[in-house]
Amino acid sequence: MGEDINEIRKEKKRWAEHSMKKPVEKHLSDWDDPLELLYTPDDLEDSDYLSDIGFPGEYPFVRGIHPAMYLGRPWTKRQYAGFGTAEETNERYKYLLSQGQTGLSVAFDLPTQIGYDSDYAISEGEVGKVGVAVDSLRDMEIIFDGLSLDKISTSMTINAPAGILLAMYVAVAEKQSIPSEKLRGTIQNDILKEYTARGTYIFPPRPSLRLITDIFGFCSKKIPLWNTINVGGYHMREAGCSAVQEIAFSFSNAIAYIEAGLKAGLDIDAFAPRISWIFNTHNKIFEEVAKYRAARKVWANLLRNRFKAKNPKSWMLRFHTQTSGVSLTAQQPENNLIRVAYQALAAVLGGAQSLAACSYDEALAIPTEKSVRLSLRTQQILAHEAGVTDTVDPLGGSYYIEALTKKMEHKINELIAKIDDAGGAIPAIENGYIQKEIEARAYKIQREIEQNQRTIVGVNEYKVAEKVDAALFKADPDVAQRQIKKLESLKSSRDSKKVQAALSAVQEAAKGNDNLMPHFMVAVKSYATLGEICDVLREVFGEYHAVGTV
Amino acid sequence: MNRRIRVLAAKPGLDGHDRGIKVICHGLRDAGMEVIYTGLRQTPEQIVATALQEDADVIALSILSGAHDFLLPKVATLLKEKQIDKTLLIAGGIIPEGDIESLKKRGISEVFGPGTRLAEIEEYIKGALSKT
Repeated sequence: MGEDINEIRKEKKRWAEHSMKKPVEKHLSDWDDPLELLYTPDDLEDSDYLSDIGFPGEYPFVRGIHPAMYLGRPWTKRQYAGFGTAEETNERYKYLLSQGQTGLSVAFDLPTQIGYDSDYAISEGEVGKVGVAVDSLRDMEIIFDGLSLDKISTSMTINAPAGILLAMYVAVAEKQSIPSEKLRGTIQNDILKEYTARGTYIFPPRPSLRLITDIFGFCSKKIPLWNTINVGGYHMREAGCSAVQEIAFSFSNAIAYIEAGLKAGLDIDAFAPRISWIFNTHNKIFEEVAKYRAARKVWANLLRNRFKAKNPKSWMLRFHTQTSGVSLTAQQPENNLIRVAYQALAAVLGGAQSLAACSYDEALAIPTEKSVRLSLRTQQILAHEAGVTDTVDPLGGSYYIEALTKKMEHKINELIAKIDDAGGAIPAIENGYIQKEIEARAYKIQREIEQNQRTIVGVNEYKVAEKVDAALFKADPDVAQRQIKKLESLKSSRDSKKVQAALSAVQEAAKGNDNLMPHFMVAVKSYATLGEICDVLREVFGEYHAVGTV
Repeated sequence: MNRRIRVLAAKPGLDGHDRGIKVICHGLRDAGMEVIYTGLRQTPEQIVATALQEDADVIALSILSGAHDFLLPKVATLLKEKQIDKTLLIAGGIIPEGDIESLKKRGISEVFGPGTRLAEIEEYIKGALSKT
């Protein structure tokens, strides 16, 4: 830079003293640091472009993981969907793909996510509500009926029983004569954040980590294009943590997975390239962009320097992001369209590989077909009309963005080190540290809203008397009955000896050190149900009991 | 009432969204109430048993999974069966406007949606309990 930094600093001081009529109160960042009124070249004094920022597609990836970013490949538009029965979900997927969606994202109902069948007493009331009910391979066959699994990529939001659902997906592909080597997609498989937010855990942390490393090992040989884990900051952010905590907590979880993989004898470069991410894109546009730029750099450093990965693909932070559900309001729900659009803009400016835009009616009910289409259109308008894809990392070089990126990098590293020093993610979860941090910030935000220190349009300011008349999605009350009937007929038609043998093999493998995945494959193909397989594992592994923090 | 108001905060069903209920626990506690939080995955039977054991004046149920239609009235029915239906039963979460009337008919006193102020819940509880 041509200017003399000292001269700029001097001039900035003069400007501040002479031009500002009265002092203004500084705003705080999402992580409670004061933000400067104005950023200038002197804020980037210690920054070296070539070593600190560099070029997209190259270490340390601040400006993006691909050299040409969206000029080379647009981001994947992947709306989270799934409800009711397999048949209804199959129809919704065909509709979304016909409307230009480019990847599928499967939402499972809660019994499926926690490894219960639709006919278990504890499933009553929940079947087919927040996602599609999957009891056996038969349901997966219906969900993907008529969709060639070598042509689409599928993301499945499934954690504790992820290996079993993945086995079902591979079995569906086999029936379509598609080899597993061609399958592309993602399982969430990120159990640690289920203990701190989201809550769909089944087993205690240690056997859960074993399930994860079994998946790493199996996929590296059989499904090389599959993203074996989708580590998430999204849900902890939804639950209340800050942008810095979102990255640091989720990176600490990932460190635990990597260490488990290494301990299981896997080579870092055999599994690290298949680690993918899901983050939360919240309201503050520039902080979110800086968050993604900083996160890419921190991750690249961790993998290259701490874990000694050699393959540059291991260093790349590939992420999906969803806009923030918790930022949406039940009051004046149409306002949410605007919030979602700004958040989606931030996601794209931040270099996301894949995006789901929330629907404006989410604070009221499960989105309708119309509201989901609007979310998809929000993405398409960004992609085709707004010009944000015309150049790589368009905000790079902004004094503000670069200064924030640096600051966040520092803060994230600091927090990761703090968790490392306390023994890593697992102890931090077991002693409730992460949960308490999240809770404390959620409560603080609520108090700020109630004391009008934080404006939420339509909630504590700009209110109107309204009767919400949005046409809401209505769940079909007969889903559970239909699902239970399907289960009955499945159980009477399958070869029960084969099922029993497969379940015993799963049990034996769980007790020993065998990779569980091949046993899951045999079990799902015998049409053993998800609940039956998980019950066997519950017997061997036990169940997780949450630590009380409130 | 001389003793502190005792609130049982609970998550019925399989829903894991607990930001709201935890915020409410902190808020009601700061408002001087005694709050017991059950944690996730409580069956209606477990909730009612805990309410009995803890001698709760209020049961606050939080649910965002869409299973409210089944789970909330079930808690109300069990309370009646155990003859502790003097316990104030309130709920919050993502519960569509159109479902609220039917829930109220089936024993839920009030339903608080997203954006509710903590003070509103506190006042409601105090008002409702002072009438009994």
